[in-house]
Amino acid sequence: MVEKEYDVIVIGGGPAGLSAATKAVENGLKTLLLENREMLGGIPFQCVHTGFGIHCFKEDLTGCEFITRLIDRAVEKGVESMVKTHVLNIQVHSALEKTVYAASPKGFLKIRAEAIVYAAGARERHQYEVGLTGDRPDGVYTAGEAQALMDVYGVMPGRRIVILGSGDVGLIMARRLAMEKAEVKAVIEILPYPGGLTRNIVQCLNDFNIPLYLSHMVSGVRGSGRVEKVIVTRVGEDMKPVDGSEFELECDTVIVSAGLKPDIDILEKTGVETDPATGGPIVNEFYETSVPLVFAVGNALVVNDLVDYNVEQGEAAATHASKLLEDYVSPRVEWKRVERGRNLRLIVPQLVSGDRDVVFYSRVQHPEDNVQLAIRETGYGKRFPRVKPAEMIRIRIPAEELAKAHRGKITFEVVR
Amino acid sequence: MNRIVEYTCIVCPAGCLLRAEVEGDRFVKVDGAGCQRGVEYAKQEFSDPRRMVFTVVRVRNGELPTVSVKTSKPIPKSNVSNLMRMLASIELEAPVEIGEVVMRNAYGAEVIATRRVSRREPGKTCETLVSNPFKQ
Repeated sequence: MVEKEYDVIVIGGGPAGLSAATKAVENGLKTLLLENREMLGGIPFQCVHTGFGIHCFKEDLTGCEFITRLIDRAVEKGVESMVKTHVLNIQVHSALEKTVYAASPKGFLKIRAEAIVYAAGARERHQYEVGLTGDRPDGVYTAGEAQALMDVYGVMPGRRIVILGSGDVGLIMARRLAMEKAEVKAVIEILPYPGGLTRNIVQCLNDFNIPLYLSHMVSGVRGSGRVEKVIVTRVGEDMKPVDGSEFELECDTVIVSAGLKPDIDILEKTGVETDPATGGPIVNEFYETSVPLVFAVGNALVVNDLVDYNVEQGEAAATHASKLLEDYVSPRVEWKRVERGRNLRLIVPQLVSGDRDVVFYSRVQHPEDNVQLAIRETGYGKRFPRVKPAEMIRIRIPAEELAKAHRGKITFEVVR
Repeated sequence: MNRIVEYTCIVCPAGCLLRAEVEGDRFVKVDGAGCQRGVEYAKQEFSDPRRMVFTVVRVRNGELPTVSVKTSKPIPKSNVSNLMRMLASIELEAPVEIGEVVMRNAYGAEVIATRRVSRREPGKTCETLVSNPFKQ
């Protein structure tokens, strides 16, 4: 067994992990980055379309271009990294002593570190989480699987496609498949409105005459060996299938695009507290979880809309980690708990001190026009012309404002 | 006789609903644009709709079998399908550098690689992106 020692181990080589590792090295920490796929880069590596790095690089880059810049920067700074390395366990001995066990092509690894930055990303919701039932033939993929097959490995997932879910990922996959001359039979959405941006409905579906079925669900997959068809059913206002509304669509492939979920299986074993609203761990303003010097960033913390947020979180965690490691004494902070009020689905970080400015990332429960994001205890408010669940709100709150809230809690709410 | 053509602007995520007033094939004006870029988009979309093209091209002897590419600027929408067919028929030899021109004269644009694909060395897997501290 190979043994090594580092100041920081970063788990996950996507945008958040790469940014964290680069920043940690810049701050003089001995850093190791571990990635389980065969290449660094995470999600953007397989995204050939634009929409990446608008804040970070002030340019509209494709995912591949964006992530190449982050990888090059990491290599330039001398980040040590390993691919095809699966972290199996994180053992926490004390605040400054952790051991990471991993399986790699070099054998079984045992690596000691003072701090961990967990940036393992999110996983896709799969067919059984969205109630897709029926036969179990080949040809059912998640959107990310289909994308990697096509745009990394050069394999078409199928020729006649039905896509479940009208979020931006589903819409972009519809266009991508149609561009490659697949016949995209339909995009099926159970809600009465599309999940993605209007511009993606226009440029991804309308440009290719792909039908969008709102208030519909796939009630069954049929096929022996390979997918042969799906049964589509209309749903009523109660979201229940309407009897007699079934019809069939012949296809050879079903793509499930049903959103992401923080992938924290390994992290959870360390005993971190989690937040049911985000599906990720609870963190303080340093991005530190309830386990000292174990940080969580990127989609493993909260599913972000913009890759720029993942980068920002990664860099912030590394900066805080290096400050905390300088002369570590267990900090005695009276954390104020960040609570969710009216129309707020989630917010991170969940614990703040009031000693410094904090950037919050938040999502509303339902769309609303002309509202304020307000702090109940202090009377602070910021106006937004429109808020919607699909668009994350990023907001920086000054330290003075956070310090004003007494009694250990700060409640964010959406008010008119 | 003037008529109204509706577009949804695709320039930014706001997705403004644009109502363009046109007379025959002459563009008169547009309402509903939140910014000047929307006005330009409506004019362009009416007279000569264009799109960027993003796809992958085959690579021989690379660490990965594909390289992602894009057009250097938007090309006429009516040519997108032809360009896709042309790109499906070519195969590059690794290494391919990011920013490398993969095809010139692609309907007024160039096709550019958006990923780096190193040459595959026999018996070696994809590890060029990586400095491996455990190598002994």
